[in-house]
Amino acid sequence: MASEIVHVSGHIIDSLILPKVLDEIMDLNGTFEILEISIGKRKTDPSSARLRVHAASPRHLETILKRLARLGAMPLHLHDVRLVRAMKEGVFPPAFYSTTNLPTEIRFRGRWRAVQGIEMDCGIAVDPLSGRARCLPVASVRKGDWLVCGSEGIKVTPLERARQPATFQFMGSAVSSEKPKGQLIQRLAKEMRAIKRAGQRILVVAGPALVHTGSGPYLERLIKAGYVDALFAGNGLATHDIESALYGTSLGVRLDRGTPEKDGHDHHMRAINTIRNVGSIRAAVRRKILKKGVMHACITHGIPFVLAGSVRDDGPLPDVITDTLKAQEAMRRQVKGIGMALMIASTLHAIATGNMLPATVKTICVDINPAVVTKLADRGTFQGIGIVSDSESFLRELCSALHL
Amino acid sequence: MCRPAYYTIAYEINPWMSLRRQANAGRARAQWERLYQLLTRTLGVRVDLLPPRSGLPDLVFTANAGLLQGRTLIRSNFRYPQRQQEEPVVERYFRRRGFRVVTLNPRYRFEGEGDALWLGKTLLFGFRFRSDAQAHEELTRILQARVLPLELVDQRFYHLDTCCCPLDAETVLWFPKAFDRYGRRVVERLAETISVSEADAKRFVCNAIVLPAPAGAKGGPGGKDIIVQAGLSTPLRRQLARRGFRLHEVNLSEFLKAGGSAKCLVLRLA
Repeated sequence: MASEIVHVSGHIIDSLILPKVLDEIMDLNGTFEILEISIGKRKTDPSSARLRVHAASPRHLETILKRLARLGAMPLHLHDVRLVRAMKEGVFPPAFYSTTNLPTEIRFRGRWRAVQGIEMDCGIAVDPLSGRARCLPVASVRKGDWLVCGSEGIKVTPLERARQPATFQFMGSAVSSEKPKGQLIQRLAKEMRAIKRAGQRILVVAGPALVHTGSGPYLERLIKAGYVDALFAGNGLATHDIESALYGTSLGVRLDRGTPEKDGHDHHMRAINTIRNVGSIRAAVRRKILKKGVMHACITHGIPFVLAGSVRDDGPLPDVITDTLKAQEAMRRQVKGIGMALMIASTLHAIATGNMLPATVKTICVDINPAVVTKLADRGTFQGIGIVSDSESFLRELCSALHL
Repeated sequence: MCRPAYYTIAYEINPWMSLRRQANAGRARAQWERLYQLLTRTLGVRVDLLPPRSGLPDLVFTANAGLLQGRTLIRSNFRYPQRQQEEPVVERYFRRRGFRVVTLNPRYRFEGEGDALWLGKTLLFGFRFRSDAQAHEELTRILQARVLPLELVDQRFYHLDTCCCPLDAETVLWFPKAFDRYGRRVVERLAETISVSEADAKRFVCNAIVLPAPAGAKGGPGGKDIIVQAGLSTPLRRQLARRGFRLHEVNLSEFLKAGGSAKCLVLRLA
């Protein structure tokens, strides 16, 4: 789908130019939305209209636009994007354009080019030689980089209006603990299967509560069945998962009985220490010290994971990236090709990930706290649903719906 | 008007022109002279003359110099470079005579009276092959009038004045096939139409000069004089006569070779 905003003005009503423009769009199998229309009061007053033209592909759109241009309906953007060189490392030029997470294109040397790796709150860097445009976080700006400034020549495409009600239309519902979850999870499972069939990746963001509530085994099943292509988490999830693998407890509570174990409070520190001793989680797996659990499943099934550190971490585990910017970079690398993100029981990592995802990624946020879901929705546009639920029942149901 | 001293077929910028079908210079001059005499001597019209220029053969088609309103000339922005060279000549001529010359946004093409015809208080504006649709907006502002853009769809009738001729505020002589259904609907809603056959259209009968009825005119309700290319069909001749128009037929065959006839050779000053 491609779209462009065109503008036409003058005596477009009396001359039938406006109806002709609309007919032309439809005759060429495009569709339109009238964004704005103002009609002159007196006979001698001109009228004007602004409409968004939609077409199946950029080439198709080009055909329609060419025809409309002949009738005097011109696209809003007739100029190339404005580029300014960054003068300082890590600093955008003052008038820099700040991105949204919606699909964005820039006009460079007369041609529209898609911005790679679209992510909100970044700048757009353009390579003047190749014309390649990509999102650039402020911390990654190098002196001399060409950044897009102002708003000329930038086209942001809103999310497609749902054509088929089935796919993901159950998304977009307000956050509520009072929605029929069974149905929702069934449809989610269907969507996940469709995503995998389409060759896209599924990202899971998980918080330590997952392990505390005993849902670790379900996540393991998802990983082993190929429904997880990348995992974002923190020291907490990994530590307690390893603790559960080594001691059968999470934060000292027995996962099979739900009762605290004597001296269980130091199990997680021993788990951390064990891994620190062998150097990495992978080493622990290789040396058969770590034999089960979520992290073990990731290693044995080759699922990439990013453990981002925080100020509250114990240890941390050697695999945890403590430099926040480096952690962000690692996460960005995994975000490519993601079609769906499942965020379960995690506030910090869910929001961090949400900030990085393009609006086109379907996002499911599961948390016992409705505020987390709302917070995520407030950050920016995305196709998402929130499910207020504890992670154990959610994952159990999901595994069941996926026949795992 | 402009004498055809240097008129020839030097390039091909419309389907009528062919370098292999040259205009006969002597005959062209004689035909032009006959039109000039008809206007000045017979019909008492005052005609100013723009001096011809070597290298600008189409300068004779003064209708395309621009569009006049009072003492302001809205100069043309020609589509083809061959005629673009006429622009400074036209500008200089009008400025010297005390006219104000305005130009439209250079991005948009506008070929003057060739594509702009008054139908009462509305300006019909032809676009596609020469003038651009967008130019109509600026014209609306400058003229403070309703300007209706009409798309031309037959490249043989590349200027509005080759296929459309307002006979008065409510009547239009035209070749409807030169327009699409939108254009046709617009014109039909605005005026009573007299359609010409394709044969007549190809003879450029729509490219006619209509003169307002002089005071104390004799000859029927129309009372207007129409100068039209000779050879129009009898049915059309009768139709126009029935409406009280006095027909003056002039043979302008040498100018047809460049895709123009009577109307193209004059620019209305008042």
